[in-house]
Parts: sequence; structure tokens; C-alpha cells
Amino acid sequence: MSLYFTKDHEWVEVDGDSATVGISDHAQQALGDIVFAEVPEAGRQVKKGDEAAVVESVKAASDVYAPVSGVVTHGNAALADDPALVNREPEGAGWFFKLTLTNPAELDGLMSENDYRAWLNTL
Amino acid sequence: MGETEQPQATLPLDQWHRDHGGRMVAFAGYAMPVQYDGIMAEHLWTRENAGLFDVSHMGQLLIHGKDSDRALETLLPGDFSAQKDMKLKYSLLLADDGGIIDDLMATRRGDDFYVVVNGATKYGDIEVLQQGLPRDIVVDYMKQQALLALQGPRAVEVLDAIVPGVAELTFMEGRAFHALGQTLWISRSGYTGEDGFEISVPGNGAAALADAILDNPLARPVGLGARDSLRLEAGLPLYGHDIDRSTTPVMAGLTFAINKRRRAEGGFPGAARILGELDQGPVQKRIGLTIEGRQPVREGAVILDREGSEIGRITSGGHSPSLQRPIAMGYVAAALAEEGTALKIEQSGKLFDATVTPLPFVPHRYHRKQPGA
Repeated sequence: MSLYFTKDHEWVEVDGDSATVGISDHAQQALGDIVFAEVPEAGRQVKKGDEAAVVESVKAASDVYAPVSGVVTHGNAALADDPALVNREPEGAGWFFKLTLTNPAELDGLMSENDYRAWLNTL
Repeated sequence: MGETEQPQATLPLDQWHRDHGGRMVAFAGYAMPVQYDGIMAEHLWTRENAGLFDVSHMGQLLIHGKDSDRALETLLPGDFSAQKDMKLKYSLLLADDGGIIDDLMATRRGDDFYVVVNGATKYGDIEVLQQGLPRDIVVDYMKQQALLALQGPRAVEVLDAIVPGVAELTFMEGRAFHALGQTLWISRSGYTGEDGFEISVPGNGAAALADAILDNPLARPVGLGARDSLRLEAGLPLYGHDIDRSTTPVMAGLTFAINKRRRAEGGFPGAARILGELDQGPVQKRIGLTIEGRQPVREGAVILDREGSEIGRITSGGHSPSLQRPIAMGYVAAALAEEGTALKIEQSGKLFDATVTPLPFVPHRYHRKQPGA
């Protein structure tokens, strides 16, 4: 399994041709208390950069972009009743959706975990 | 997802906020704390205990000169001539077409008036006041003063321990106090719907006062984020969002700011339109809305009637931490402003069910003077 990050503060954990997507701990901290999350339904086709999910804090709404192209296999149903799970476990149980990769080459353009954490320090 | 706007100026408590973990954002031209521990926790803390807010971005003005009360009445619809000493009055700076230039609090201090206006509008307000008032009326901008607010049901016990006597003030009443080696102007007022105080303190003494307040574990610092969610629950309009030049006091449901004598006599900017709206009702009205589901609707979302026609816009909206559901304010055609009216809201191509709900969403708990006391 490999873990990648984007400059939009999403993470992608890849296992074979399947990937899990969420937002980083840095992102949940920046958003603050999350009060709503909307995840895509299984079967939806997303292209890299598409608005794939919505996350709202007390203050503002943000889009979660698909970091890679694929077909959604699962949305995280737990977020509907407990959106604050994203605050508590952003890089774990607070994942947003899983998809089957349609263009694995896109992963080459993403950051490794070390690169991402180093980049955060430059912000 | 970060805040990218560069703040232009710092306020007296800038370093104090950073030392207390405040997340600073640009607001009204200043770097200000949007939150410390988190908006939700700060909001609920204020409803149960005491929240300390820095509102030093607001403009504190002193208006003095002969007959300043009568002079103010040419620009504002309040009865300042009859206003009692040391009493606060909510009022509105009006444009000639009846639109709202700003909302403000004015306190009579003898012949003078201490006026607090919004931060983003203060320089424009000063210009309007200077141009509109007679030449012998002086408008002093007290920019060396900081302004703190301590809000919540425990605010009185926290502040009275530092400044003995403040507990005797009732809602919308203020006076000068001496504590911590400085003169403080304290009023029993605020913008959260809770009991509480606003404290004008010299900027160089603000940190000592804030420290003394936070020495009491009942008090915690609260940022702009919770200030916004608290005032939304309290149904209080925010200038530049829920009221502006395109809204009148009658549309906004702020007719209590137009006193009886002024209704009879007129003589304030926009009086013809405003008195006409008082008589015949406004075309649009500000309303509260509760939204079905969990997703908040935000400022700018479109309000639709049952047929799907646009009848207004959301002007403020968000998650209510106290009610744990989305709430909003907006304007709709007066015929659809009745409590219980079912409406739809459209946001980003999605439709939401909403119900017209009386304001405030969360009851006010001001410390009002008891009748006969």
C-alpha cells in the first residue's frame, strides 16, 4: 500500500487498483468543526480534479476534489450521521470515498507523505 | 483552504491573541482571531459560561457639541432628545433613500454621545457624520481605545469580581468604572443574545484586563467565528450581510429603532419611504429560516416559493451549535414571511426544504430592568 497527498490537502491510499480518498489532518484543522459531509455514490465516474465530495465547517463550505480518476466503489456512510469523524480521524475512519483507478499513471503527479509534510512547513 | 488575504493592520491585543492560540484572519482591515479552541466549543462555552471577545476593530466615536442630540436626529431615526443619561440606544445611520448606511449603539454621556459603529464601515460613517452634522458638533474617533466584550450567563460574576459594581448595571445601561489602575467605560450589552458587558479600555491596558478576566476559569477567549454563529442564533442582523444600503429598517424588522415621536414628526433621512413602509408594509421582509437536513445554506443562496419562483436571498446562514441544525436569515416577499411558511432554497443546484421561523432562534437572556424596580 502506498500513501499520496495533493496540494489541495487530500490523501489517497492505494492498494492495487483500489484507492481510498480523504482530507489531511492539516485540512481538517484548517476547516475547524465539520458539521456536514456529502460523499459520492458508488458507480459514479470521477475525473482527476472533479468536485467529488462536499465538506462544510461551521464557517464555510469546501469541495473535496478527486485526486485521481476512477469509478467510485464506496462512499463513507458513517459521515452522514457523524461528520465530526473527519475532525477526529481525518487520515483514518474519516475517509470520504473509495474508487477503482482508471488511470494509475496520475499517481506519479502526487506527493509522497514526506514531501507533503515538508511542503506544509513551507506554507 | 487557508486564509490568504493579508491583514492590513494590527489591534492592541494582536500578540495576546497569538499567545492564546488565536488563529488570525483578515477582517475589517485588521488581523483578528477567528477561533482559538474551535468555533463549536467557544460558542457553547459562551452560552453556558463567559466568552471574552475582542471587538476593537469597531469604531468608538465621541460626538460632542451643543445640542448634539437634536443634531443626531437629522441622521438617525432615534429619539435622542428624550434619551436618558448613561442609556444605550440601538440606531441606524440612514441614507436619503431609507437604506441603511450602518447600525450602531449610541449612549448619552451628559451632552455627548458615545457611539460604537461597525469596523468595516467606520471611516465612511465618520465622513457621513462630519458632513451631515453642524460644524460645531465634533466627531472624535477614539482610536486609542480597545473594546472587549464579555458575554454569557456567568459574565456578571466574572467581571464583578474584577470591577465591583458592574452587576448593578441593567441591559442597555453603562457608566465609567475604575479598576486595574485605569478608567473603563462598561455597558451591559453585546451581540450574542446573552447577558454580558462591553468594555472600552485604553489599548495599552487591554491585555492586563483580558488577563485578569481569563484568570477566572469561567472565562475563555472566543473568536469571530463563534461571534457570528451566536449572533445568528440570536437573530441579530450583521451589517454588510443582513442589512445594507439596499434594505430599510422596516424591511429588516428594526422598527423598534424608530421612536414614536420620530414616526409622528419624520425629519430623518429616508423618512418618506420608511414612514410609508411602516404604514403599508414593506415589499420584502427579513425572516428566519430553519433548514431540513444537516447541510447549511449560506449567504447568496436563492429562496424559492412553491412554484419555484425566486422570492429572495439568504443573507446569513450556517450551522447552529446550540440547536444542532442549520439555520439562516434572508429576505422574502412580505406575503411569504408568515411563520410556518414552507419554502425551498436553491444552492449549488441543490434544493433544500425550509420553514419560516420566528427570530430569535435561541431566546435572548438579557438582564433587563425589572418592572417597578
